[in-house]
Amino acid sequence: MKYTYYPGCSLHSAHRGYDDSCKAVFEKLDCELIELDDWNCCGATIYMSIKEITSLAIAARNLALAEKYKYDLIAPCSSCFTILSKTNRFLMQKSRLNDEVRLCLKEANLEYNLSVRVRHPLDVLVNDIGLETIKNKVKRPLRGLKIANYYGCQIVRPERGFDDRENPMTMDNLFEILGAENVYFPKKLQCCGGMLMTTYEEVAMELSKEILESAVENDAELIVTTCPLCQMNLEAYQNKINRVFKTNFKMPIYYFTQVVGVALGLEPKNLGIGKNFYQLQRLKEIEMMSKTEIIEIQ
Amino acid sequence: MKIVEIKLPGKLTKKESEHRVTFLEHVGVIPGGEKIKACIQCGTCTGSCPVSFAMDISPREVIALFRAGDIESILKSKTIWTCASCYACQTRCPASIKVTDIIYALKRTAMDRKIYSRKFPVHLLKDSFVKNIYRFGRLNEPRLMVYYLLKTGIIKSFAYLPLGIKMAINGRIEYKASKIKDIIGFRQIMKAAEKLDMPIEFEAKPYIVETVGYKAAH
Repeated sequence: MKYTYYPGCSLHSAHRGYDDSCKAVFEKLDCELIELDDWNCCGATIYMSIKEITSLAIAARNLALAEKYKYDLIAPCSSCFTILSKTNRFLMQKSRLNDEVRLCLKEANLEYNLSVRVRHPLDVLVNDIGLETIKNKVKRPLRGLKIANYYGCQIVRPERGFDDRENPMTMDNLFEILGAENVYFPKKLQCCGGMLMTTYEEVAMELSKEILESAVENDAELIVTTCPLCQMNLEAYQNKINRVFKTNFKMPIYYFTQVVGVALGLEPKNLGIGKNFYQLQRLKEIEMMSKTEIIEIQ
Repeated sequence: MKIVEIKLPGKLTKKESEHRVTFLEHVGVIPGGEKIKACIQCGTCTGSCPVSFAMDISPREVIALFRAGDIESILKSKTIWTCASCYACQTRCPASIKVTDIIYALKRTAMDRKIYSRKFPVHLLKDSFVKNIYRFGRLNEPRLMVYYLLKTGIIKSFAYLPLGIKMAINGRIEYKASKIKDIIGFRQIMKAAEKLDMPIEFEAKPYIVETVGYKAAH
């Protein structure tokens, strides 16, 4: 299987761990990710609030470039995923927008014929590669690791995509296969505050605190997320949240591909786990224990 | 909330009509944007909103105020800049109103009409973002943050220093901004699109009274 890969700006700066682990996991599962050549910023949520056609045009440039590859386009960042699929949807529905964006793309000798499917790696892992295939490749079962699956707001909304919009289960099913225990986590879709962390910090911290609190209350050992911005808000601001709300969180926040990678027997080094601020204590245990187990099986 | 000025039913001030033209222009481009007329004021949007506790006008009231002909209050409120675009309201709306997209349209209207909230330096973030993208074609997060923090206040920016250092220690800061290869083509796309995006110039003319208030729902 082959896919075009659109990393997006944040995966090339603060979130290398997501980038590395995503590539490593897909390689392990015999899936080829071809990085989109000369991709540009999708505009993120912020450009939509400044200019409409500009934001659609720069997102459409990526889609136009991706069309030449003839594969589905994988966007791991939730924001990129929403913006690219939203652009696709907008261009399909409205003729006027489509005409104007077409005009803009012509300036750079590009053309987009609406044939690209935008996919999230979670969707591809579970629905294309399949849980059975993944199960057969598990090297280190997660041994009842208590996981809070945090989907974030943008991968299943606003339009119905690959999962339910109120109670998505894709990630829960994935980690169940890997041997983890999914804790009850009612905040799995609640917004973490997103970009408000820079413009309206008080509110964003309140929201992030609620998510962390819910995970702690339900005895989760770590939160697993699909979005770089959520990871940033929940992890990097944990110190500040502790200070402001007088709490004592030390919750590791991992990208879901990192944990999948561990289960598939990849080295934590290659998954960028060392770059996370809070480390999971039991990770080493899982590693060590499984090594002996692997030998036993062989 | 404060209603700016008491007006005769159906009659709008010049300023309000101008806001309205800009806003309707922006809503017009949203697929399904016209459904704003179908609002039944049930409040599902406000109930679903994770940040409505921090808003001065709730999402439901936004639509009510638009109908009542008071867009100016909305544009001046905290509400539109408090929205984190999580799409919870849009998913749940029983009348399938594109609430989040409408809030985006309101943000763009505020930008076009140059109504910036004093409390939120969003226009500064916007400036640094657009500059960054135009220069490199990609976003360089450290540059964006540094530029933005310097604009909002040097003293405030010291609070971010420990976080920056921690990020640097963990190897999560990319110092070098990467530029895309076809930056010239990219800039041409941006320029062409910005021309199409220009705020509409209009002469002051009395606004069509029929589309305000109760009748707008039909």
